[in-house]
Amino acid sequence: MAKTPKLRRGFRFQWEPAQESYVLLYPEGMVKLNGSAGAILKEVDGERNVDSIVASLEQQFPDAGPLGKDVEEFLQDAEKQHWIELV
Amino acid sequence: MNAPGKQPDNVSVGPPLWLLAELTYRCPLQCPYCSNPLDFAQTERELTTEQWVSVLRQGRAMGAAQLGFSGGEPLVRQDLPELIAEARDLGYYTNLITSGLGLNSAKVDAFAEAGLDHIQVSFQASDPELNNAVAGSRKAFDQKLAMARAVKEAGYPMVLNFVIHRHNIHQMNDIIELCDRLGADYVELATCQYYGWAFKNREGLMPSRGQLEKAEAEVNAYRARLQDAGSAMKLIFVTPDYYEERPKACMNGWGSLFLTVAPDGTALPCHSARILPIDFPNVTEMELRDVWYNSPGFNHYRGDSWMPEPCRSCDEKAKDFGGCRCQAYMLTGNADNADPVCGKSPHHDRILAARRAADHATAGIEELTFRNADNSRLFYRG
Repeated sequence: MAKTPKLRRGFRFQWEPAQESYVLLYPEGMVKLNGSAGAILKEVDGERNVDSIVASLEQQFPDAGPLGKDVEEFLQDAEKQHWIELV
Repeated sequence: MNAPGKQPDNVSVGPPLWLLAELTYRCPLQCPYCSNPLDFAQTERELTTEQWVSVLRQGRAMGAAQLGFSGGEPLVRQDLPELIAEARDLGYYTNLITSGLGLNSAKVDAFAEAGLDHIQVSFQASDPELNNAVAGSRKAFDQKLAMARAVKEAGYPMVLNFVIHRHNIHQMNDIIELCDRLGADYVELATCQYYGWAFKNREGLMPSRGQLEKAEAEVNAYRARLQDAGSAMKLIFVTPDYYEERPKACMNGWGSLFLTVAPDGTALPCHSARILPIDFPNVTEMELRDVWYNSPGFNHYRGDSWMPEPCRSCDEKAKDFGGCRCQAYMLTGNADNADPVCGKSPHHDRILAARRAADHATAGIEELTFRNADNSRLFYRG
């Protein structure tokens, strides 16, 4: 996918030591992310497109096999939740 | 039974993820449903800037990630930009919860520069006449409109909050339309919860079931239209628990996620709890870590060994924790009791009586007790 994911305005992604996980923060709300969601959103910088993010993740997790489908599905779901925009 | 004040043995207490900093009880508005305590005017002392900074640092070190600046009207505090900058440096997601009065475009921009993440502006109604009557201020509505536009222009995510009651519940379509025009991202349509001034004014505020059902249907229909139009504006309709048969899981459990610090430094498990006959610690006298994990006040209703019947043997007690302690206290005189919202509560008739009263209420807005210092003094001077 050549689209580029970007966090929506007002959303912030950060590591929370007390929760030992990445979280997504937004107005008066917080989502605690599981390991794979955290790993994917960590790559979302508003500059690189989905293909490039998939390549980077496959390099980081060589034993995981092809990740394209999972990553795309997650990002589409994240778009539906209004966490990110795909442009 | 556990020794009073000790952390119950069978409960694992996580960090306070949400910190609500009630910076002041001062406010230019007089909304008759304000959640501040009736006797707020008795508490004139406010923490200093240094004391607030210390609270923010301690909270963040414990794991708090969401921070609300609230009040009263937090803009009254001249050190707000400094507190915002400190909070943002510490890594909080910072929310400013404001009436919009005392705000101007320069401040909106300055706060953004200091790192403020989000501004929530409250409205009282969709038109100036009703809005200003409820707020007890003639200039409130125009100022709110201007500030909503300034917030939007500065690029913040915009949350508009409307407290809904019997005098504005017929305005749902107009309210949502106004929010859509202003470009809101989230719209909170929060039906009044009866704490503080709202409890005092309950008969004059509580909508009838008919009003409520009509409003909810209007919101649902509008939501469907927005979705069809591809709008990202989210409508959040909060129903009043007085029309439920099971209580809300208040604050997600006592001392479980939320930590409120009142203007004078009193630490509370929710913004209403200071009405309870419980000793709550003050952050000027105790480290925040001790306040949260070890103070008798915060441990008072953790776990479930404090529960009397019908909660004690109820198979839903882990879901709703027996409901709201403040509501139990206000409606039954004993905060240990089951929240009377629950159909299993022996005091549920008090909720039913309030519903019946709402079907016949006739009080106009001018008959409500407005939230101001003069009225507040009546509650502690008698």
